[in-house]
Amino acid sequence: MQGPIKDLSRGNHMYNASDLRRGLKIEIDGDPYIIVDFQFSKPGKGQALYKCKLKNMINGVMFDQTYRSVETFKPANLEERKMQFLYAQDNEFCFMDMENYEQTFLSEEQVGDASHYLIDNLEVEILFFGERAIGITLPNFVDLTVTQADPWAKGDSVAGDTKPITLETGYNLRVPPFVNEGEKITVDTRTGEYVTRVKE
Amino acid sequence: MSPGSKNKSAESERERISHRKQTLRLRALMVQAIRDFFMRQGYLEVETPILIPAPAPELHIDAIPAKGGYLQTSPELYMKRLLAAGYERIFQMCRCFRQGERGDLHLPEFTILEWYSSHAGYRDIMFECEAMIQAVAKDLGLPEKIQYRGRAIDLGGPWERVTVHEAFERYGTLSLEKSMEKGRFDVCMVEEIEPHLGSPEPTFLCDYPASMAALARLKPDNARVAERFELYMGGVELANAFTELTDPAEQRARFQEEKKRRGEQGREAYPFPEKFLEALALMPEAAGIALGFDRLAMIFSDSATIDQVVAFTPEEL
Repeated sequence: MQGPIKDLSRGNHMYNASDLRRGLKIEIDGDPYIIVDFQFSKPGKGQALYKCKLKNMINGVMFDQTYRSVETFKPANLEERKMQFLYAQDNEFCFMDMENYEQTFLSEEQVGDASHYLIDNLEVEILFFGERAIGITLPNFVDLTVTQADPWAKGDSVAGDTKPITLETGYNLRVPPFVNEGEKITVDTRTGEYVTRVKE
Repeated sequence: MSPGSKNKSAESERERISHRKQTLRLRALMVQAIRDFFMRQGYLEVETPILIPAPAPELHIDAIPAKGGYLQTSPELYMKRLLAAGYERIFQMCRCFRQGERGDLHLPEFTILEWYSSHAGYRDIMFECEAMIQAVAKDLGLPEKIQYRGRAIDLGGPWERVTVHEAFERYGTLSLEKSMEKGRFDVCMVEEIEPHLGSPEPTFLCDYPASMAALARLKPDNARVAERFELYMGGVELANAFTELTDPAEQRARFQEEKKRRGEQGREAYPFPEKFLEALALMPEAAGIALGFDRLAMIFSDSATIDQVVAFTPEEL
């Protein structure tokens, strides 16, 4: 009976207002929130005030709230699990837990731009709030196959020139002229930009 | 490998601190100008202990414990003991420590400029405070109209005076009475009122509710209001001043009340500053003020955060 005991100990631990800071994740009204902006203030001889800008980690909605030192906060029960991308169907993306083979789904909205890099069997981190999958973290670099690229006439090249290509996921980006159809390239998932050609 | 790349953290510290050279130089000049001003006004510079056995029991101020007592949260109690001993006009620039205070305007270790004048009231201190800041700005070569974070501050004077009551009427969504009833005084102050204060000229916010001034004298004609003011420049609270309470019995009762409220909030109970209470019986009528030296340096150097006006923040130690 490890699960419930673990949950219980989590439930008992609370943050104080003095623990609030940028990046802290707390649960409010059953939803996980991340503090995106934080300001301590204290009017003369008055009480400490903790001004926070909070972002709902499920729907992205932001709100401002000022807390006082007497308030306490429940940590958001968040966990990242290593999972493998299996397939996309009907605007849903299916991932499999690499330890217990359980499958879970994220919506197109939740995946967002990460869909540009989702190729079969890619290992990613899926963020869970309790038992609910709410987000995805990609590896910083992913190798993808070029499915469409116009040939480049040698001699036309100017330093810094780029040309548009399409990758196997349907993602379009600009790369140096020497990249050819059928080749693999490395893309930085944080910027969406070309990094290098992959030597097979 | 170049010798410089061997120690990246030393390099980045060197760069960070060298960027602050101008503001640190400004601080040094400010100290000089402040000393000059108070010497001219006939004040004596004093030093009182930083390690003390008993800080004033104020509801929202927590002292940092040290072996043998606490680090001072302000030099107030000991400077008043000097007043009681016949030192009539005294000033001090010193380090003070407050637990858990860290933000763009707060450091747990910071510098206070504090001064007291016997046979004076808080209105006299307003004039003197205005004259002091004008004199320091002049010594630093600053123009009469300065800018802080894009907001104009005309140091020329006379500076604006607004009562707390008027400020709530003018800028608040609740009246002063309603905000206190609902326990929202501090929130209204920070969110609605402070941003309007101290531009286009410095503002003295005066006459605080009696419950918010544990060491101040109440107004003779209105006991619900204390003779206390705060100075604001460009939305930043810069100084706090009172006509001092000189009645030892009343002071003891106020401290007991603060101690009780601290206890209700689960805050540490400090020993009572008995020697201060004894000395108070001999203290003449007086007024005093504590001014945030670091914040004045922020205003004069147009710095967004207090971090930019000190050599090391607690995170950089």
